[in-house]
Amino acid sequence: MTTRPPDEGEGPPGRVEAGATSGRGLEGRGLEGRTALVTGASGAIGRACAVALAGEGARVVVAYGSDEQGAQETAGLVKAAGAEAVLAQADLADPAAARQLLSAAGVAGVDVLVNNAGITRDGLLLRMRDQDFTDVLELNLVAAFRCTREAIRGMLRRRWGRVVSISSVVGLLGNPGQANYAASKAGLIGFTMSVAREVAQRGITVNVVAPGYVPSKLTDAMSEEAKQATLSAIPCGRLGTPEDIAAAVRFLASEDASYITGQVLAVDGGMAMGA
Amino acid sequence: MAQSREEVVETMKDVLSSELGVDAGKVTADARFKEDLDADSLDLVEVVLALEEKFGIEIPDDEIAGVKTVGEAADLVIAKQNAAAS
Repeated sequence: MTTRPPDEGEGPPGRVEAGATSGRGLEGRGLEGRTALVTGASGAIGRACAVALAGEGARVVVAYGSDEQGAQETAGLVKAAGAEAVLAQADLADPAAARQLLSAAGVAGVDVLVNNAGITRDGLLLRMRDQDFTDVLELNLVAAFRCTREAIRGMLRRRWGRVVSISSVVGLLGNPGQANYAASKAGLIGFTMSVAREVAQRGITVNVVAPGYVPSKLTDAMSEEAKQATLSAIPCGRLGTPEDIAAAVRFLASEDASYITGQVLAVDGGMAMGA
Repeated sequence: MAQSREEVVETMKDVLSSELGVDAGKVTADARFKEDLDADSLDLVEVVLALEEKFGIEIPDDEIAGVKTVGEAADLVIAKQNAAAS
């Protein structure tokens, strides 16, 4: 699926009412002179986040693992939004990756970190191998910890920073077949709240965005029945778009959100409300 | 290369005034981090990171715990430098 920035029109049905469009009035150059690092920026949600932050004027480090073509595409959209793009490849399963990505950002450091990279290794608990569990934890949670640790040093020095980790509605509600994924996504929430408390007095906010269902290969592969069941669990009655998620990330990264920290913002059409 | 205690304290003056934003005049060997320099636990971690970078040493957490004054921190830096040199 190709994703386009909000102003290129033509999206999935329902986009007209989506956050990206209604949020346009908020778009400015509030992150001018700042650098953002988005992991998993070759994917749909990472790409939308990179483009949204570029729309605020941020220079964007487009971090990716293996999908170079996707990352190039993201970088192109970042540039089209009028911002500088820096491509940075790193395998987040490698403990050295976080440092590599920070080096790619250069001496300016990273002001906005979006921990977005993630993988799934779905399977029912009884059939889940140790490796399926630890691989998912390593990439979704441990890598986010490492990236945050590396990025936050410079933020402390500059007395300004934004960390936004992309969790999932599954981390709030659970999901059969995703014990590993749900554990990693719930882990991001506890991690975020702790770090938020550590650095709150230094002008740094740390938050979580928990997306609901966003169209992907996974949802494409669902049976018509499963799709209907999913939709009926979403009060808004539609799947989310990557731009819906990115709008929340852009807000949390903004100056306007400086008094919001340690929070979980579910962007899920109401699916997990009350959870 | 190891430096004298005075040299290390002098360097710490720079580090502390830039990291903690304290008046360099208040940074003496006898100054206590918490009581005199108003440093909280995160400030101390920042100072240690800066010292590690500046002097190319590594200071384990358990050795930091006992450090109360700037002079004690300087002694720790010198000990680490000597250990690295030998």
